[in-house]
Amino acid sequence: MIDDTIAAVATALGEGGIGIIRLSGEQSLAIADKVFRGSRTSSVNEIPSYHAAYGKAIDPQTEEVIDEVLILVMRGPRSYTREDVVEIHCHGGLVSMKSILQAVIRCGARLAEPGEFTKRAFLNGRLDLSQAEAVIDVIRAKTDVSLKLAVNQLDGRLSHEIFLIRQEILSMIAHLEAVIDFPEEDIEQVTVDNVALTVHHVSVALDKLLSTAQAGRILRDGLQAVIIGKPNVGKSSLLNALLREQRAIVTDIPGTTRDVIEEFVNIGGIPLKLADTAGIRDTDDIVEKMGVDRAIEFLLKSDLVLVILDASMPLSNDDKEILMRLSGRPAMVVVNKTDLPRKLNIEDIRKYCKDNVIVFISVINDDGINKLEQAIVDFVYSGEIVAPDAAFVHNVRHIELLEQARQHINDVQLTIDSAMPIDCMVIDLRLALDKLGRISGETIGEDIINEIFSRFCIGK
Amino acid sequence: MLVAGSYDVIVIGAGHAGCEAALAAARLGCNTLIATLSLDNIALMPCNPSVGGPAKGHLVREIDALGGEMGINIDNACIQIRMLNTGKGPAVHALRAQADKNSYHRLMKWTLENQQMLHVQQIMVDKIVINNHEVCGIVSETGEFFEAKCVIIATGTYLRGKIVYGDVAYAGGPNGLRSANEFSGSLLESGVELMRFKTGTPARVDRRTLDFSKMIIQPGDDQAYNFSFMTETCTREQVPCWLTYTNEQTHKIIMDNLNRSPLFSGVIEGVGPRYCPSIESKVVRFADKNAHQVFIEPEGLDTNEMYVQGMSSSLPADVQYSFLRTIKGMEDVRIMRYGYAIEYDCVNPLQLKPTLEFKCISGLFSAGQSNGSSGYEEAAAQGLVAGINAALCVKHQPPFILSRSDAYIGVLIDDLVTKGTNEPYRMMTSRAEYRLVLRQDNADLRLTEKGRQLGLVSDDRYQKFSQKRDLLDSAISTLKSRLITPTDEVQTKLKLMESAEIRTGISLYDLLRRPEISYEGLCRHFSAPAVPLLVREQVEIAAKYEGYIQKQTGQIERAAKLEEKKLPEFIDYQQVRELSVEAREKLSQIRPLSIGQASRISGVSPADISILMIYIEQLRRRSEKEDK
Repeated sequence: MIDDTIAAVATALGEGGIGIIRLSGEQSLAIADKVFRGSRTSSVNEIPSYHAAYGKAIDPQTEEVIDEVLILVMRGPRSYTREDVVEIHCHGGLVSMKSILQAVIRCGARLAEPGEFTKRAFLNGRLDLSQAEAVIDVIRAKTDVSLKLAVNQLDGRLSHEIFLIRQEILSMIAHLEAVIDFPEEDIEQVTVDNVALTVHHVSVALDKLLSTAQAGRILRDGLQAVIIGKPNVGKSSLLNALLREQRAIVTDIPGTTRDVIEEFVNIGGIPLKLADTAGIRDTDDIVEKMGVDRAIEFLLKSDLVLVILDASMPLSNDDKEILMRLSGRPAMVVVNKTDLPRKLNIEDIRKYCKDNVIVFISVINDDGINKLEQAIVDFVYSGEIVAPDAAFVHNVRHIELLEQARQHINDVQLTIDSAMPIDCMVIDLRLALDKLGRISGETIGEDIINEIFSRFCIGK
Repeated sequence: MLVAGSYDVIVIGAGHAGCEAALAAARLGCNTLIATLSLDNIALMPCNPSVGGPAKGHLVREIDALGGEMGINIDNACIQIRMLNTGKGPAVHALRAQADKNSYHRLMKWTLENQQMLHVQQIMVDKIVINNHEVCGIVSETGEFFEAKCVIIATGTYLRGKIVYGDVAYAGGPNGLRSANEFSGSLLESGVELMRFKTGTPARVDRRTLDFSKMIIQPGDDQAYNFSFMTETCTREQVPCWLTYTNEQTHKIIMDNLNRSPLFSGVIEGVGPRYCPSIESKVVRFADKNAHQVFIEPEGLDTNEMYVQGMSSSLPADVQYSFLRTIKGMEDVRIMRYGYAIEYDCVNPLQLKPTLEFKCISGLFSAGQSNGSSGYEEAAAQGLVAGINAALCVKHQPPFILSRSDAYIGVLIDDLVTKGTNEPYRMMTSRAEYRLVLRQDNADLRLTEKGRQLGLVSDDRYQKFSQKRDLLDSAISTLKSRLITPTDEVQTKLKLMESAEIRTGISLYDLLRRPEISYEGLCRHFSAPAVPLLVREQVEIAAKYEGYIQKQTGQIERAAKLEEKKLPEFIDYQQVRELSVEAREKLSQIRPLSIGQASRISGVSPADISILMIYIEQLRRRSEKEDK
């Protein structure tokens, strides 16, 4: 199953100026040779590793030229998959990419399954688990920040954070084990307070990593946001203002129902799936009621709710209906029309939602839009982890393992609380260490014993 | 060539490994010869005069539970006993005894001499005879040939042994004994890979020249514990050990004379153990410590020799004198034997199967310090397993392998044959991942049934064991079935036991989970069935640690799945090209029996394991296809 040569388009279809078709496997060079006519080189085999050659891609059956291409050769094991890898860089059009792909498949390559290059890299020992998974996320990355995030993880930034946490646990285990295995040695005794302190540190560190999990997911999949407000409050203008700012990368995503429009915008590098609850405008009572219901439905399922209020009018019953439900929800209050004389009482808003952020804007004067964008960015990073180069967890498996490690650390605390002996504490400390090790594919080996001997003077 | 004898099993060496191996083979009905360099070094304790401690004590209990000899022997030669680590959890309680070295030797020699089917003889073995990858016997220095179906190497530190201290260096075994200088060459010729290790021992000093009033007394425990499940000794006369400390003066003398140490000058090439460093290594590596512990331990009752634990050294004689005399209470010390380092050849254990038989030479086994381990207990444990498997091999019966979840013995041997070792290997509780189930108190419950099936457990041992197991089972079921309800009477009793009131009815077993409730209390207040102390202890552990024990049994079950995925013996790992080069080499060398064992080999990555799993799945599917 790992003997054959696989091929796939490595860049996103329909995007960008350059398209790459990647081949990996024993036959990569031979297959590429059949579809490539170099202007100077006669054979792909002659191209040195990490060198590119210019030429034309042809259909081997008809000898017709498909596209002008650059061909790049990376021989295994010094390649991404540790197999022979060839990349054919062509003009990014869908037709030429598809034609070249079909040509190489006709010459003996097999269309790669999703993620198969990474899987091979992983199976060939090229990547550890977290790196392999990060690569998958690279493919899915939608925006610059997401890409940076994925690249960071490739660098092992997450691995590093986890390494630090593991190190603290390891150090505590080593101390406990030294005390157990060498009871008559002159080793400083471990007090329960020592263990409790480590447990506290590790809990905080794990919680911090877990708190980035949400941000990580948002960065990859887009933040589900909704704009809610009564008619004429300026929802559409706000939407347009946000769209205008980001016009270049907006993608239209058709709404699932006629009355909900979802737009895809990029705010400070965060992909925002913005839903405008159209259709609430009807004045008929029943429909009005339905509109509020619909708003509430969105309010409950969105990652971010932007409630728009009119600064020039006192709080209406509809406003209150919505505000009442904001407590505990990820919501922001946007007060529009600050250019008009203020009739809205801020105290009144605070009665309903005392903790939510309130941003003042005037869409007409293009005033406060930047502040709103910043508020959204801050919101995503929970206000405390703004640095986009921090480690983010955005992979379901990692989150699960982190949560399991967290649970074991909790169990250590329970062991301490129920006055059980230190041997019992070691059990869950070891399990936590193991769970964290699985994120980067490391397992507990000699490291505990090495740690014991490097730290303690032990011996008869 | 003169054929001097023909045996089922020949054991080379009568140290702690050799004794257990020979006894096990003979007890399993094999005609056995034990060959020793000197009848006077049978079961010699050439280093510390003690047996047991964390993990080591566990090994002794396991050896005993399987029908081995070490537990009984130390119980009879014991001059002080302590239970260490009380208060750190039941799994790490560790029994440690001081031994009268001479008694230990004499008692074991007597046992060997009187064992049926066992012949004890003083022989210097020069050669191993191997024909077509099969062992045939041994040749002694006298030129005699001893024929055997199986041979067990248990040569300890005697192979090309070299004693070094200061400028003194000579070929020899411990304690002035001869070294075996020809046998290594014979092994090498047979394709066996050898390693060179080193260990050391401190000086022995004259009891009369020590001032104990300046030291801290270390008495034994009041309660008389025993290693063997068979021993019923409840009182024992004990002698104390003594504690004193090195000081900056001691360290200065050592530092000033480092250039005279063969360790630092490069005369010693062997790899020494990290956990048993010489005092010079300790002073160098932990320079910020201004005092190290020194334990003074008696070598026996009828000798003035005292063992100076913590002061192992290969510095010259005059330096040993100078630094010892800086220590409190040792100002006028007279040395009776100098400390020394010893270098020796040992077998790279990666060449062995988990039965301790060589993969490439059938019928040849190796056990003990000659496998790169250290410690009397580690040696004895391997000796027992090698002896059992040699006997099974003679009888063409399936091998006996203990898993990592069965016993410390399983952990020890799996570590040696799977990971190998680059220093003398010592057993530690932290090496056992399922420590809470591998307790020293339940070694019999874990292993005696297995020993019985093998035929090593005698009728009276088995009867005693069965009785204990039955009492335990019935005590637990009684406690589980007996319910108490929140009546005034019950609440009053709980108050007497300093325990909180109950709100609903609970079983006595659940009540026992409370830290402050003891089985004894349940007997007194709730008339729980009276059972012996050892049973009581088991019931309490089962109740109080149930949650943790379940956690570990869960882990064991998951790990067992990987152990069950067997790797066929015929796999040519060099042909599995997707494996990393290192993994290919390691797997070819070690030839693990299962995916589980493969995953513990260093240098075999999780990616390699995935590939192996995919590979054996492919093999399986292919052979299925062919069958159709």
